[in-house]
Amino acid sequence: MPVVSMTVNGKAVSADVDSRTLLVQYLRENLRLTGTHVGCDTSQCGACVVHVNGDALKSCTALAVALEGADVVTIEGLAKDGKLHPMQEAFRENHGLQCGFCTPGMIMSAVDIVNRKGNKLEEKLIREELEGNICRCTGYHNIVKAIAAGAEGMAGQ
Amino acid sequence: MYPFTYHQPDSARKAASVAGKAEDAKFLAGGMTLLPTMKQRLASPANLIDLAKCDDMRGIEIKGRSVTIGAMTRHVDVANSKELQEAIPALADLAGMIGDPAVRNRGTIGGSLANNDPAADYPAAALALGATIVTNKRKIEAEDYFTGLFETALEEGEVITKITFPIPAKAGYEKFRNPASRYAIVGVFVAKKGSEVRVAVTGAGSGGVFRATKIEAALTAKFSSKSLEGVKMPAEGLNSDIHADAEYRAHLITVMAKRATDKAK
Repeated sequence: MPVVSMTVNGKAVSADVDSRTLLVQYLRENLRLTGTHVGCDTSQCGACVVHVNGDALKSCTALAVALEGADVVTIEGLAKDGKLHPMQEAFRENHGLQCGFCTPGMIMSAVDIVNRKGNKLEEKLIREELEGNICRCTGYHNIVKAIAAGAEGMAGQ
Repeated sequence: MYPFTYHQPDSARKAASVAGKAEDAKFLAGGMTLLPTMKQRLASPANLIDLAKCDDMRGIEIKGRSVTIGAMTRHVDVANSKELQEAIPALADLAGMIGDPAVRNRGTIGGSLANNDPAADYPAAALALGATIVTNKRKIEAEDYFTGLFETALEEGEVITKITFPIPAKAGYEKFRNPASRYAIVGVFVAKKGSEVRVAVTGAGSGGVFRATKIEAALTAKFSSKSLEGVKMPAEGLNSDIHADAEYRAHLITVMAKRATDKAK
């Protein structure tokens, strides 16, 4: 079996995995980083979104072996020194979740939107950019509010 | 997913050579269709040839009156290319409408054309613009390339390396999206070059992408959405499913063609 090495949340990691291991399995089962969720498992729902070399991607639809040497950031990598990331803080402040299952993917997508589109986000743009993330509880209103607030919060970083 | 042997060649030539030796091999581009298909065990290749490290298959080049896009160029790079936004804005626009941001970060133009999903967007652009599909073996005109649902002229072991699009005078693309998958229920690409107008429809045909000759004729007379008032597309040969029946799709073709014509630049 191939040994796959990556940098995950700033730490060098490596694991002996089967070629068919998906990135999300590598993260959850080999590294025990269970913050990244598997929702639909068909790349529609976005619960598994992580950042790979700076790009948001659906970790249920990428092979770990293909990402040898990649720099990966998961939801566990956002908080620094016991302090929530501004986007996480904004989700808490705005009650941007109910059951919380989709939240890790929502937050990783949200941070990616800010990285690409800046700190002042219109509601329409947030809704468009969020089309790859599905939430079955909230109706999205508070998620959209949280992302707008989180984007502004990230300006101070 | 069933097990497979993984290969990661670093050039198109090496990829073709691996494919020539490996039994029951499939090429992996962005994996946005193939990986879910393998997870569902609808595909189970013994050898998977990942093209991600083939840097010679990536990039956008504009030369004279044509644009050449490497097969492994991602949707996000096609959508964001400043040069392409100048040369064929409709093509950049189309790439930005595929799936969602995370999918556009992985999916590629070559993968989409090789898969030829009947509701994919790129086949409409390739057919309407009269693209040439370049493989490791030959050049295939778009007209001869799309042969049916998920079927193309590609042979075993043949891999798309790049796609060349002639630059049109004007072109536009519009689609009626499936609200969940963002695939086209009906997508229409219109392109005008000299006096010729070509219109390709995706999402609707039971045999995959096709040219709407009735709409082409109306737009050739005058390239304006007004020319399409009262043009009725036949429902025969169109898909009917839970999302839309054939009659509705036929109606949508004219509506999307009008919007694409209004958008064309």
